[in-house]
Amino acid sequence: MTPAKRQTHQAKPPKWDLRLYVAGQTARSVTAFANLKRICEEHLPGQYRIQVIDLLKQPQLARGDQILALPTLVRKLPEPVRKIIGDLSNVEKVLVGLDLRARDAANEEKAG
Amino acid sequence: MAKRVRRGKLEPLEKCPTGISGLDEITEGGLPRGRPTLVCGSAGSGKTLLGMEFLIRGITSFNEPGVFMAFEESAQELAENVASLGFDVPGLIARKKLLIDHVRIERSEIEETGEYDLEGLFVRLGAAVDEVGAKRVVLDTVEALFGGLPNEAILRAELRRLFRWLKTRGLTAVITGETGERTLTRYGIEEYISDCVIFLDHRVNNQIATRRLRVVKYRGSKHGTNEYPTLIDEDGLSVLPITSLGLSYPVSRDRVSTGVPRLDAMLGGKGYYRGSTVLLSGSAGTGKSSLAATFADSICRSGKRIIYLSFEESADQIIRNMQSIGVNLKQWREKGNLVFNTVRPTLQGLEMHLAMIRKMVKAFKPHAIVMDPISNLISVSDRIDTKAMLMRLIDFLKNQGITAVFTSLTTGGLELEQTEEGVSSLMDTWLLVKMVERNGERNRLLYVLKSRGMSHSNQVREFRLTDDGIVLTDVYLGGGEVLTGSARMLQEMQDRVQTEVAAADAARRKRELDIEKADLRADLDALKARLANIEAEQNLAQRGETTRIETLGQRRRSLSRSRQAD
Repeated sequence: MTPAKRQTHQAKPPKWDLRLYVAGQTARSVTAFANLKRICEEHLPGQYRIQVIDLLKQPQLARGDQILALPTLVRKLPEPVRKIIGDLSNVEKVLVGLDLRARDAANEEKAG
Repeated sequence: MAKRVRRGKLEPLEKCPTGISGLDEITEGGLPRGRPTLVCGSAGSGKTLLGMEFLIRGITSFNEPGVFMAFEESAQELAENVASLGFDVPGLIARKKLLIDHVRIERSEIEETGEYDLEGLFVRLGAAVDEVGAKRVVLDTVEALFGGLPNEAILRAELRRLFRWLKTRGLTAVITGETGERTLTRYGIEEYISDCVIFLDHRVNNQIATRRLRVVKYRGSKHGTNEYPTLIDEDGLSVLPITSLGLSYPVSRDRVSTGVPRLDAMLGGKGYYRGSTVLLSGSAGTGKSSLAATFADSICRSGKRIIYLSFEESADQIIRNMQSIGVNLKQWREKGNLVFNTVRPTLQGLEMHLAMIRKMVKAFKPHAIVMDPISNLISVSDRIDTKAMLMRLIDFLKNQGITAVFTSLTTGGLELEQTEEGVSSLMDTWLLVKMVERNGERNRLLYVLKSRGMSHSNQVREFRLTDDGIVLTDVYLGGGEVLTGSARMLQEMQDRVQTEVAAADAARRKRELDIEKADLRADLDALKARLANIEAEQNLAQRGETTRIETLGQRRRSLSRSRQAD
């Protein structure tokens, strides 16, 4: 994984603008990136862009973007801005966090 | 601690002065340098302010930049909150001495989707510290994270790591925490911060709020263990040690007049010592305020300045009332020699009163101060608190060389030679005004109960309020009793009459004797005359006898001769 690497599938601005904040290439950040990419490919093929921000290189961004926990995924677009923390291994919760699945549905599934 | 032992030498704990007035005295130098300190207290107890002042004073007084990590308020709000205290937060931020980072966590915005840590917080803090070269850090209130992040286990582990990280970076940190129900902080973070714990208390007693500060623990250092009254005013936070550290104020031999010549005479002829404390106590209506006002008038007359603190009457009322005894305070107020401060004691806590007085004294620089009456302060707090407050006030005034006159109302049922506040031992001079009721009238007596360092009169004087001010009169001490008022006047009159009568008697007696003497002298003259007569007669008789005998002899001789007897 190359930090700050852009993954664009289309020339026009993507509908989904995602930022993944990490601190260095730790096992957790690598996992998070892999999970994110898989989810996007599955649910948002061709409509997303992932920006990986390494806070060790740009520490000021932590303050600007209100980052506390790492890794943090920020959904910049579509609005409203959403924050998802953790290594994104719980796919259901990621989908809920990204508003790709209704909260109730997630809960029902969980209950079931 | 362990680290220091391992190194083989024990260095005294280095302190980081807070610059907060009083706090450095209690902690004997400040907070432990390079270690976190927990400041806990309930909402509104001044935790944030303490933290902010710690940073600002660090910058302005010790040139140690700081980072304020706010978990509850925004930088804007923080700056606005302390702007009223005269702290220029935006200026310090612009000069790159202070950095405020507002950590905003909205639980609703956050979805937890697996493993994470708080490395972001570390990165943020590290970046901020590097940006301004911070030596001091405040985390306010880090416990807010518990509300924002769902996984408490991770959070606890990360907080533990954070405090360790602060230590390894050598940052002196203040971490605030809200008081929990049974623990010092709601989430028990005191477990992780064990070097120094300060507890702020904001309690309400009799509807009056008082702030207090206590150093709960301070590892490796001595510290004051008491609860110290604390206040927040426009200069920030001040902790007020109950008593000054030593009794080492300078004393003066100068005297100031009491405003009543006769009273000056009772006090070694010159009045109070400058910078001494004077207590005027007595029951209601004994003229304590009048005495105090007369003193104020005298101070102003000598061109000096005085503050009159009244806890009972308004300034105008005092001026009007004192005019009735010929004391014109209005002119002094207009000339700027006299400043009134009239507040209800219940307006604020004792600490605020004390702070207000200190502030006034610093601004106005008076030579003397009148507090009328101190007994009202009891309504704000209890006796111990009031005494402690007065002790601190007296210490302060003595250090400034300000003569202080306190009046104290002795309420019914109390011994006269006792004050409700128990402050008499703090006073240098104690004048007692007492009412005596006799023959259907009440009269005032004044005497000097004590006056340190001067010979003072042991006499009781009658204390009268006249149109021309206060007059002290000798009481009538005849027949083994003290008479005052009209009884005294009556007695004096009777005495005068008696004296006149006695004088008249004596004159008459003298006249009688003179006459008698004259009579006797006349008698004596008459007797002398008679004696002379008798003597003269005697002589005459003697002479006649002699002549007769001689004649007889001559006759006998002539007869014998004629008879030719021999």
